[in-house]
Amino acid sequence: MTDVTNKQTPAPGSMRLVLTLAIAGLISGIAIIGIYESTLPTITANKARELREAVFKVLPGVTQMQALVYRDGELVTVDAPDKDEPVVYGGYDDAREFVGYAMPAAGPGFQDTIAILYGYKPEEKQVVGMEVLESRETPGLGDKIYKDAVWVAGFSALSVEPEIVAVKKGTKSNPNEIDAITGATISSKAVVRIINEAHTAWSGKLPPPDAEPPLRETEPANTEAGQ
Amino acid sequence: MKKNESYEEFIKGVWRDNPVFAQVLGMCPMLAVTNSAINAVAMGMATLFVLVGSSFLVSSFRNWIPKQVRISCFIIIIATFVTIADYTLLALVPKVHKELGAFIPLIVANCLILGRQEAFASRYPTRLAVMDAIGMAVGFLVALLSLGIVREILGDGALFGVKLFSENFEPWVIMILPPGGFLTLGVILLFFNWFKFKKDEFLEEVAEAERSGN
Repeated sequence: MTDVTNKQTPAPGSMRLVLTLAIAGLISGIAIIGIYESTLPTITANKARELREAVFKVLPGVTQMQALVYRDGELVTVDAPDKDEPVVYGGYDDAREFVGYAMPAAGPGFQDTIAILYGYKPEEKQVVGMEVLESRETPGLGDKIYKDAVWVAGFSALSVEPEIVAVKKGTKSNPNEIDAITGATISSKAVVRIINEAHTAWSGKLPPPDAEPPLRETEPANTEAGQ
Repeated sequence: MKKNESYEEFIKGVWRDNPVFAQVLGMCPMLAVTNSAINAVAMGMATLFVLVGSSFLVSSFRNWIPKQVRISCFIIIIATFVTIADYTLLALVPKVHKELGAFIPLIVANCLILGRQEAFASRYPTRLAVMDAIGMAVGFLVALLSLGIVREILGDGALFGVKLFSENFEPWVIMILPPGGFLTLGVILLFFNWFKFKKDEFLEEVAEAERSGN
């Protein structure tokens, strides 16, 4: 391929150097486009599946979901949210009844941004589940925010009013308190703060209970995966 | 004879000129991603793919790549293979890809790979270049794995994610943190050099005995 052109020029003039690099770059570009295009469907499907699994995990009993965004003063169903637009996921059970919201939230942790997804039931004003989607917390210490089963289970019925408070291990006495992880105080407080901040940001935007947007006929998560 | 030549190129990378234990190259991924055995294997396989692929191409085109732009050409070839490895891992094993994070794209900057292109692949026939690349990559994999196994057992009480000890085992957390990498590598290098020292001493003794015997 590159060879024919180059072989005809005996002395390595600058033209030959430019040509060699241009052809190498061109072939490399084509190879990269090829691998990108051929892996993109799998990568998108993986991400959509991971999101669905996380939503179903933080909202027990949920079997269907749809993406919701806040536009013009109300929560509406969308096919594909705009980039950087805040999204929540509405979770519905087999009977298409609304169960709760799965809210993505992110904030600074000990090392880097922690991204989480938490399940919220507006009727009971309770967090019912929490899943860490992304974190670079210290292995063995801060990573207990997703490896410590007791800590994660602490989010299965946690009142968000007035706000969640992380307390010293073993001293939880109110429904809005959670035992912090020994040796990972900063990371566990960060998770609590992220949930509190997201809750404050969304509290005025969520519709009153029993007025949640109904589940649409086609499941948006499927169309999302197929894109 | 030909078979011996290939074997020689292969085995030198695995043991005598091991990229990590003898040449001390590729330290960045070596210390960063060996906190578990599975990460070490993924990194080793990705490096193997990139190194063998680039060595094959560089060696095949070695007569057509002008000397003045050879480094740029090597880097273009290496970067292409790294991008392919990056997307393939992301599609096939997203969990491992997440753990390795930025260290997959950083294979481009691994001096082990560019070093083999410049020192070997660009000067030798394709067959030997590929054998050399496989040897070096296997040597790198062995080194990564030996660190990964030690660190995961001590730091997490597990091997390939399988718990080895009862609940009473107190993990030696520092071993999966960066200092653990330095400690483990230091101890392994100590053994490797001690072994080499003893071997040289032994060979010298044999030579001495032969001389006095004659």
